[in-house]
Amino acid sequence: MPTFDLSTQTLRDLNSALHSIDAGKNDLAFEVVNPRGSHAVAVGIDQPVSVDVKGSVGYYCAGMNDGGTVTVHGSAGPGVAENMMSGTVVVEGDASQYAGATGRGGLLVIKGNAASRCGISMKGIDIVVHGNIGHMSAFMAQSGHLVVLGDAGDALGDSLYEAKLFVRGTVKSLGADCIEKELRPEHIAKLAELLDKAGVTDVKPEEFKRYGSARKLYNFNIDNADAY
Amino acid sequence: MSYQNPHTPPRKSATFDDYTMAEIRRAAATGIYDIRGGGTKRKVPHFDDLLFLGASMSRYPLEGYRERCDTSVVLGSRFAKKPIELKIPITIAGMSFGALSGPAKEALGRGATIAGTSTTTGDGGMTDEERGHSQTLVYQYLPSRYGMNPKDLRRADAIEVVIGQGAKPGGGGMLLGQKISDRVAEMRTLPKGIDQRSACRHPDWTGPDDLEIKIGELREITDWEKPIYIKIGGARPYYDTALAVKAGADVVVLDGMQGGTAATQDVFIEHVGMPTLACIRPAVQALQDLGMHRKVQLIVSGGIRSGADVAKALALGADAVSIGTAAMVAIGDNDPHWESEYQKLGTTSGAYDDWHEGKDPAGITTQDPDLASRLDPVVAGRRLANYLKVMTLEAQTIARACGHNHVHNLEPEDLVALTIEAAAMARVPLAGTNWVPGTTPF
Repeated sequence: MPTFDLSTQTLRDLNSALHSIDAGKNDLAFEVVNPRGSHAVAVGIDQPVSVDVKGSVGYYCAGMNDGGTVTVHGSAGPGVAENMMSGTVVVEGDASQYAGATGRGGLLVIKGNAASRCGISMKGIDIVVHGNIGHMSAFMAQSGHLVVLGDAGDALGDSLYEAKLFVRGTVKSLGADCIEKELRPEHIAKLAELLDKAGVTDVKPEEFKRYGSARKLYNFNIDNADAY
Repeated sequence: MSYQNPHTPPRKSATFDDYTMAEIRRAAATGIYDIRGGGTKRKVPHFDDLLFLGASMSRYPLEGYRERCDTSVVLGSRFAKKPIELKIPITIAGMSFGALSGPAKEALGRGATIAGTSTTTGDGGMTDEERGHSQTLVYQYLPSRYGMNPKDLRRADAIEVVIGQGAKPGGGGMLLGQKISDRVAEMRTLPKGIDQRSACRHPDWTGPDDLEIKIGELREITDWEKPIYIKIGGARPYYDTALAVKAGADVVVLDGMQGGTAATQDVFIEHVGMPTLACIRPAVQALQDLGMHRKVQLIVSGGIRSGADVAKALALGADAVSIGTAAMVAIGDNDPHWESEYQKLGTTSGAYDDWHEGKDPAGITTQDPDLASRLDPVVAGRRLANYLKVMTLEAQTIARACGHNHVHNLEPEDLVALTIEAAAMARVPLAGTNWVPGTTPF
């Protein structure tokens, strides 16, 4: 297994190695030690590699991941797995702001808590947070699923489009045009699938409430101006 | 014969003129502000208020058609492994597929490629046609991230991080439902027919310190190959340029208030931001103060129409200019050929600005397949190439007249201003005087 020690090697060494994978020839399992809060660790992966990061990372870890499996054995700074296309990113600790921002696919699992704006502008990614999420999460979220086992902060799902939000705990407040919706069988099935993928075994899908868009702000109407 | 008191003609208010009162009535009737495309329509100090001095006893000119006057420009030499090399210092500004039709985007790519310059994507992502027809394509990285994906990032020739634009510094975008075709909706991951709001701030960074880290990520993803531009609207050009340099830009794109938009509120277009002329010198000053002038390239846009405008922008310190509205006009926007159809839409050629409605008779600002098919991308591309070449010849003509063998050798000392306002903004003397308002005593 190739190991990159970021106390002696550069970030460029790591990322250029990850961008030079020949799937038939190269070892596909990488380990990163001493990340020491580095930014942009394991970004732009476009091959089915696995990267185990032994420690905490700074901004944009696993940014734009497309097909890789990245596990952070620590906490992640802002923008972890931003704009992920496919693959899996797991954060064993907590995640800072904008986790999974604009993600288009794949699965982001945060085993601790996520800060504000988790899933902002998400476009198809699935996000499962074992703990709580901060304010303004799923702002302008377009597509995908955000599953929160704990509580959500203020203004959840503000200006939401078609993303589906599931919260097991309390929601401090809902954002503009975000409402609670019926949890139908297809949602329960999807929740069961996502909880299973995220390694959650002791929680039932029926314990969640579903939130989505009221779709009242989809086309501008002057009488809705107070909502903004 | 008795004295007839002369009739006093009706007097209309200068404050409440016909247009203003019509707007009040329109707002009262519809309950919505006016949304339109384009840039500011009001008269603001502009390049027309500057003149070149030309060669005289103290300088000698270069011979037209004989002595070479170079126009090439390299963009992105600060950090990028693969800087962009253009034949001419005039690029095509970012315009989205969605705002523009597929054939219009293709025409821009074709015309720019013939002329040896770059074109730019917009909100909504990169289309295969656009990539295929553009030899050099700049990929915009926008707050909405509509259509953003790492494959397109890698197949771009440069990346432009958009912070703002001149028509609406501090504002996001808007693509109204009537222009959201199936393809546009799919590219933006949103339902068909809804109003698509593009955010005004990026979702995953705040402020220049974060942007520096974001640019680091983009460079790592693209293996430090691509030049990274930062586009700013003309608001606080000195500090914004300095902060863009600090954040790691290879190129700063500075867009003044004459720069167009696909659609936004008229009140935003007309009342927010500064004229292009007022933006250039503070930006150049910031680059000079940091020792980065010519090392970080400056592209100026917003109201560039002719080779004279190009030459003036370069003389004030820009490395290149960018055109949007003028390129649209070159390929057929607002062409009198469609006058009868403009009349049906309640407007006239030259004034049509309801680009957001998708009914463009010229087939440019539309997603209607029938209207879009009116634009022949090959013919329109040729027109754009012709126009770009004329602008270049005009800029060369002026540069030679001022004695320069490269358009980049034009300098503020070649210019004078016709008005006090323009003299103050461009920091060149009022014609016939030594007075530069704001810098030298009267």
